[in-house]
Order: sequence, then C-alpha cells, then structure tokens
Amino acid sequence: MTQLTFYGIDAIGLKARNELLPGRLIVIEGTDGVGRSTQLNLLRPWLESSGYAVVDSEMTTSVLVGAGLKRAKEGNTLGSITLNLFYCTDFVDRFEDQILPALRAGFIVLTDRYIYSLMARALVRGADPAWLRSIYGLALRPDAIFYLKVGIEDIIPRILQGSGFDYWESGMDLRLGNDLYESFINYQTLLLAEYEKMAAPYDFQVIDATLPAEVIAEQLKRKILPLLPHG
Amino acid sequence: MQTYGSHHFPGKLFIVEGVDGSGKSTQIALLRQWLISEGYTVFFSEWNSSPLVKKATSRGKKKQLLTPTTFSLIHATDFADRTEHDIIPPLKAGAIVLADRYIYTAFARDVARGVDRQWVRELYQFAVQPTLAFYYRVPLQVSLSRILTGRAELKYYEAGMDLGLSSDPHESFRLFQQRIVDEYEAMVDECGLTVMDATLPIPDQQRQMRALVRPHLRGVRRLHDPIQYTNGLDLASVMESVENQLNRHSGEQL
Repeated sequence: MTQLTFYGIDAIGLKARNELLPGRLIVIEGTDGVGRSTQLNLLRPWLESSGYAVVDSEMTTSVLVGAGLKRAKEGNTLGSITLNLFYCTDFVDRFEDQILPALRAGFIVLTDRYIYSLMARALVRGADPAWLRSIYGLALRPDAIFYLKVGIEDIIPRILQGSGFDYWESGMDLRLGNDLYESFINYQTLLLAEYEKMAAPYDFQVIDATLPAEVIAEQLKRKILPLLPHG
Repeated sequence: MQTYGSHHFPGKLFIVEGVDGSGKSTQIALLRQWLISEGYTVFFSEWNSSPLVKKATSRGKKKQLLTPTTFSLIHATDFADRTEHDIIPPLKAGAIVLADRYIYTAFARDVARGVDRQWVRELYQFAVQPTLAFYYRVPLQVSLSRILTGRAELKYYEAGMDLGLSSDPHESFRLFQQRIVDEYEAMVDECGLTVMDATLPIPDQQRQMRALVRPHLRGVRRLHDPIQYTNGLDLASVMESVENQLNRHSGEQL
C-alpha cells in the first residue's frame, strides 16, 4: 500500500477521498545518460515474471502537454518559469492519468524520474526553492527513490557513446559556456549539486551508477523485493 | 526568480477583475485610451492563450482531458508565458501595463473548481503584484443576464460542467459563477482589491477609475504632453468608445 503522505499540500485532494492505493510507487532518479532506462528495462521483466503488473511513466509523455512541451522546446521563446510550469503540468497530468490509476489498481509503478529531476532543473534555472516545494508538494511520497549517482567525468563518455550532446541536456538556454561541451559540463555539474542537496531530505537510496548495469540491477532487486506485496 | 510583491520596476501595472458581464473590459479599454492621450506608453495584455500553450489548452478542453489541477496548471503555464513576455519586459521599460483579468481570475476559478486555495496562491508566486487591482462588483443576476442573453450554448469548462453541479449547463453555469463571486468577495481584503461599483453609469465608473490611477502616475515617463480636451473628460468620445468596446467584447468568455 502506498501511503497517502505528501511533501506539501494535497492539492488533488486524495486524502479527502480516502483513496486506497494498493500499488507501489518506485522512482529511479538520476541525471541524463546515467542508465535509468537500462535499469527500468532490466527491472520490468523481472517484476512481470514474478507476477506483478508493472506500469512505467516517463517525462514529457503526458497526453495533455507532452507534444506541446516538445514543440515549445524547439522554438526560441520559452522562458524559464514557463518551461518549469510546462514540465509541472506534464508531471501532474501523468500523475493523475497514469500513476494514480495504476496505484489504485495495485500495479507496481516504475517511474523514470519524478519531481526531483524537475526540481533540480528548475533550481538550476533560478526558480524559487519554496515555490517549487509548494507546487510539487502535491506529489505522493514514493515507496522508494533510487538515485543513480555518477560524477561529471563518468557522464561524458556515456553521452558521447549515446546520442551526443543535446541542447537542453547541455543547458544551452542558460548560456553557461561557449559551446555544447562547456555548457554541458557546467550545467550538469550544477544539476548534480542539486541532486546531492536533495538526497538526504528526500531519502534517496544512493546507488553507485559506475558499476556494471547487471550489478546495479541486482542491488535494486534486493532493495525492491521487501517492498513488494507478499514480497 | 522574483516572487509576488518583490518586483521593483519603473513601470506600473493596472489590472481589472470581475465576472463576465461586469463591464470591466469596457473600463480598462477606456482607461487605456485616456492613458495614451495623456502621453504614456501603454502595453495591453489580454487574457488570451499564449501561442506556446494554446494548442495544448484547446485540445485538453475539447477532449475533456483536464482535471481541476491540470486545468489550473496549464493556465498557470500560459500566464507564466504572458508574464515573461508581455508583463515584465514592458514594466522594466517603464511602460504602463494594463491587463484584462489577472491571477485573481485563476484564484477564483480554480478554487471554485475545488483546487486547494493555498496551493493555487503558491502556484502564482512568480506573478508581479499589480500597482492597483480593480474588482468590478456586480450582482450575480445582472452579470448572468448580460452573459446569457443571446447565448445559445455554454462551453463545457466555461459552464463548470466538469464539477458535476448540475446536468443543465445553464444551471451549472449559475452555480459555478456564484462560487466564483464568493471567491472574489473573499479576496477583496486578502489580496487588496479595489472594489468598483459596476452598476453605476459607465462614465461615472471611468471617472472614479482615473481618479484612483492618477496618483500612481507621478514620475512615469510620458512620450508627449496630454492632449487637451475642452470639457475635461470628453464624455462624447467616452460614450463613442464605450459602444465600440461593447461591440468588440460581446463574445468574451471565461
């Protein structure tokens, strides 16, 4: 049972409706290129073969604004407060439309990032911390948050072997460097610092993401098992 | 990010609030003309959707995808875009910014939809506090008859049909508007709204509005000297523009 506990105001009003959420909410957090989707792809078949129904949810995939957000990011008029609220709308739509129904139905919800990445990005873009805490205060406290931790030096080869430097993943809107590489280093360094600051107050379980993927998956499975219904 | 009340700009921000049919759009249009004739640089910001968010909002409404919370958030996103493009830059430039509806519309409407009162207020912390916020108070019966006369159809969210207050759109609209009015009334003290009697003749309301705005114009840069009218307020031109404005705003909706 996912408890009805929130970081701030329960703006959606779940407590008033006495919601029962027999599912589990498990969050994989970490910066770009850290191997989150690799882990989700390893966890999902393991859970399903153990008889659990699994739903996953990823950023910018909301029915409501997913496409609009992607379109807005391609233009050049998006201000930082607007960007932050766009992401927040996307999150809350996924929260109400994908995550909550799955939790009600007893699913194991694996989310590729949650409010923490959104807050980290917003903080780097100068958002007011108290403002962020109150708007994202409507989010349920997950049953577990696994933070895949790497240093900046470990991300570079992963990104280069993957899709290369991306405009937004490099924080180019913030003009932190002369080119993608410089900006990427500066932006990701700031992001990692924000994750570090959140680790203790939000009870992140820190995982060393420089280990081989299979080793990380084993660690995650060991930690997830006791959280499962009849686990 | 600067929060509500902490912005300091050379420009001034005057906004009007009130339910549909309160006549607020007419009043701010008249204020705008006066300010321009007085030689000020005026930037008018409408409550319309910004291009960035418009598609998602209208799709969400058409397909009824919106919950009270996402309805609130998507409008806040829209308003953030308006703040970052239409409100903060002109205020920094020393202009007078006028807005037809502001964050108080969102407070009233979202809380009427059942969103937590405190949460909505926190959500809009990024907004600039207006120099003056006028609330056009009108009895509900008057605004309802102004709106519903000649309107065959009310839209789903406009009528508050998502709240399930009544299966009849007109009855639902009436109940929803009542809740909105209650929220406005509660905000008068909380948010420091300047109450205007929207049942008075239009020129009287306008005279009061100008008198309230004038003291805040001291020190604001003008482009030229005021255009002199022989009889002060020039009521003939006021009434002419009233009619123009009324024609233009007859299709307004929340």
